[in-house]
Amino acid sequence: MAIIDLANPTRFLTLVNRVLPWLALATVAAFAYGLIRVIGAPDDYQQGATAKIMFIHVPSAWLSMGIWSIMSIAALGTLVWRHPLADVAAKTAAPIGAAFTLQCLITGSLWGRPMWGTYWVWDGRLTSVLVLFLMYLGVIALWRTIEEPARAARAVAILTLVGAVNLPIIKFSVDWWSTLHQPASVLRLGGPSIHPTLLVPLLVMGFAFGLLFLTLHLAAMRNEIMRRRVRTIMMLQAGAAAGH
Amino acid sequence: MDLGPYAAFIVGAYGVTLLIMSMIITWIWLDHRQQTKTLADLEARGITRRSERPNEGQP
Repeated sequence: MAIIDLANPTRFLTLVNRVLPWLALATVAAFAYGLIRVIGAPDDYQQGATAKIMFIHVPSAWLSMGIWSIMSIAALGTLVWRHPLADVAAKTAAPIGAAFTLQCLITGSLWGRPMWGTYWVWDGRLTSVLVLFLMYLGVIALWRTIEEPARAARAVAILTLVGAVNLPIIKFSVDWWSTLHQPASVLRLGGPSIHPTLLVPLLVMGFAFGLLFLTLHLAAMRNEIMRRRVRTIMMLQAGAAAGH
Repeated sequence: MDLGPYAAFIVGAYGVTLLIMSMIITWIWLDHRQQTKTLADLEARGITRRSERPNEGQP
C-alpha cells in the first residue's frame, strides 16, 4: 500500500484496524519496561525521589507541544493541500493534546510544591503552557460550534496556525524571562545535561507516551471517520425522505 | 522503594496521570462502540452509503 493510498478513508480504516492491536501491545510493553526503569532509577542528588515526577511530567510536556505541531501540519493539509484526512487528524488530536497538557500542568504543580514551595507561579513557562491548554479547549469548542465539518475545519486550521506562535514562546520562555522553572536539560544545543541513569528511563517513558498518543490518535481518527459516515448516511436518508 | 518525605506528591502525580489517561482511553473506546453500533443498526435497516450498495449504478 502506497502512502498516497492512505488519503482514501476506507483504505486508511483497513490499515488502522490491522495496526491498532499491535500498537496497543507495543504501548503496554513500552510502559512496562519504562516503569521498571523508573523504579530502578536513582534519586536525584538534590531533589531526591521527587525527581521521579519528571518521568511523567516531561513526556507530557513534550506531547502537549508535539501534538499542537501535528495539528499545525494538519491545518496546512486542510488549507493548502486539502487532504481528506487532514481535518480528521487535527480534530481528533485536540482532545488528546488537551489531556496531555492538563497532565503536564497538574504533575508540574505537584512537583513544584515540594521543590519551589508553591503549586503555581505566573511566570513565562507556566503561563504559556496554561495558554496552550486554553487554546486546546478553544479548538475543541470551535469544532463543536460549527456543524458543517468542512467549514469548521477551515476555521480551526486558521486558529491552530495562529496558536502555533505559542510553541516557541513555551520553548524559550525559560531563557527569555526569569522563572522558577529549570532551563532545558534534554533538548538543548549542548546535548542533554541529565545523567544517563535518569536520561535513559526518561527517554523510554517518552517513547511509551509517544506510542500511547499514536495508538489513541489512530483509534480516535477511526471513530471520527465512522461518525462522518453515519452523518453522510443520515443526510442522504433525510434528503431522500424530503424528496418523496 | 523509599519515596522520601514527599511520597504523597509523587504518588499523586502518577495517580493523576493514570486517571487522565484512563479517562481518555475509556472515552475513545466508548465512542468506538457507539459508532460501530450506529453503523450496524443503519446497515441492518438497509440504509448504507451509495458506494456500499451492491447493485448501485449497474444495469
